[in-house]
Amino acid sequence: MLFQDLIFWALAAVAVVGALGVVLLRDVFRSALLLVLVFLTVAGLFFFLAAEFLGIVQVLIYAGAISILIIFAIMLTQNVQEGNLPNGLQFAAVLLPALLLVALAFVAFDTDWRLIADLPAVGGTAVEDAAFRDNTFTLSKLLLENYALAFGAAGTLLLASIIGALSLVRER
Amino acid sequence: MTPFLQENVVFREVYCFLGGNEGNASWCGGDGLLPGGFEWAAYFAAGFVIMFILVNAALLGAAVFVWSERRLLARFQARRGPNRWGPWGIFQPIADLLKLIIKEDIVPNAADRLAFTLVPIIMLMALLLSLAVMPFARNTYLVNLNVGILYIIAVSSMSTIAIFMAGWSSANKYAMFGAMRGVAMLISYEIPLVLSLVGVVLIVGSMSLVSVVEAQTVPFLLVQPLGALVFMLGISAELNRTPFDILEAESEIIAGYHTEYSGIKFALIQAAEMAGVLAASGFLATIFMGGWSGPFWSGQLGAFWFLVKLAGFVMLFIWIRATFPRLRIDQIMAFAWKFLLPLALINFLVTAVQVYFFGFYQGDVPGELTRNELWIMAAINIPVALIAIGIFGRFSREKVRVPEPVFQNIAPSPRTMEVD
Repeated sequence: MLFQDLIFWALAAVAVVGALGVVLLRDVFRSALLLVLVFLTVAGLFFFLAAEFLGIVQVLIYAGAISILIIFAIMLTQNVQEGNLPNGLQFAAVLLPALLLVALAFVAFDTDWRLIADLPAVGGTAVEDAAFRDNTFTLSKLLLENYALAFGAAGTLLLASIIGALSLVRER
Repeated sequence: MTPFLQENVVFREVYCFLGGNEGNASWCGGDGLLPGGFEWAAYFAAGFVIMFILVNAALLGAAVFVWSERRLLARFQARRGPNRWGPWGIFQPIADLLKLIIKEDIVPNAADRLAFTLVPIIMLMALLLSLAVMPFARNTYLVNLNVGILYIIAVSSMSTIAIFMAGWSSANKYAMFGAMRGVAMLISYEIPLVLSLVGVVLIVGSMSLVSVVEAQTVPFLLVQPLGALVFMLGISAELNRTPFDILEAESEIIAGYHTEYSGIKFALIQAAEMAGVLAASGFLATIFMGGWSGPFWSGQLGAFWFLVKLAGFVMLFIWIRATFPRLRIDQIMAFAWKFLLPLALINFLVTAVQVYFFGFYQGDVPGELTRNELWIMAAINIPVALIAIGIFGRFSREKVRVPEPVFQNIAPSPRTMEVD
């Protein structure tokens, strides 16, 4: 268990330090790269929780796509050498993450976490155990059966935004 | 000990040779070399052996690939190619590598040193990580991830960030041009690349590459011709090979994103690119040609069949490089969005309907399509592929506006002309 603890704390420390660097560094380029690092460490934490699908999607969507969008924004920014200038929103910038932190901490302490290692011990059934091990299949089944409406709504929202983007950039 | 490690042949052999039955590894035949209490050493040694083999295979393979590509390209262009050093010039890559190692490692003054140095490391890391899930023969792989197909795409998309880092940190406008072109191109090609593999995932019912190989009673090249085509073209764009090499176009922007790199850093970037072709061929062979399964003795000769298929796809990549000229950036974008993306979507739709009608989900567990059902799918999908390619090839044919004549006193007459 010691080895696993070591990996967990290393990942967590890199994530926190990287996130602080994203906010505090003046160099926008390095901020963006540190953001990628934070995304990757969060993916590592997902892997650590045996949630391979979430980890991979974190790498694919956040580290692979969202960060590229940020990179595009940096490439198209004028006066990028001036760096990360402060503006008059420091109070809001502290308040909102603080509220988010409180909400997340509440959820984290309120949830009944059940680890895979504990499952047979706490009387988890064989089906539940298999569901945890093949979590991609379980996740797709949940999304397309129990939460089909939310899944469809999210898909429709994305489609609408794509059509909106196309109609905005269309040549007239 | 997790079960996926004891399935792995290399890991099991090394672990049992060293650690033996001590600890909880009851699947070993007898005692190992090490005394009790040292299972962790056997564990690390076995893991190290696998990674050592993998890294060296990738880099040596890259060297052999460089040689064969230069020789074959020379043949295609009616030249001789490197033929001096060793029989048929086979030691040429070693000489090149020695030259690059000895050369001075220059970092531009204005460069961002840290990011500049990290680029070759990240490129090689993305490549080697993607090899972790490739099944080289029966039960021979580093891990059997149950999200393997997504994993290879996610990990290889990290090289986009490396290209951006190279362009930005070099403080060179040509490097920046190359990086900008590259980022714009790679993010467009990722979408058809992911969509082209959805059909395979639907048929197999799992994203693990090991299951993909086991489910291929019929090669998926026949069952998923459109998927294979889109994946092949998309991955050759991700590899920055010649029809899509706008990000290092030698005749336009010197060497693109790696203009400022020299010495060992340049060697590492080249090695990552070359071994990337091998990895892409390996994934094509695994996903669409049945990987290590062959016409006979797939158990014993698995690695041989895998290498034969890999070599075939490598040959195809070299052939494509020798045949096609470089595309312009707008042609590349149009190709991704107007040709590859619709084909990938058609493939997805057709496969989904077929899988639904063949009753794939019997109850709650994924079943497997029988050999006959796969042949029926192939018989339907090949004509569908040909028709779709015909239709969208016609749609994506671009209309080029001929620029206005230079003589300003003549009234401009913008005409449109159809160009193949």
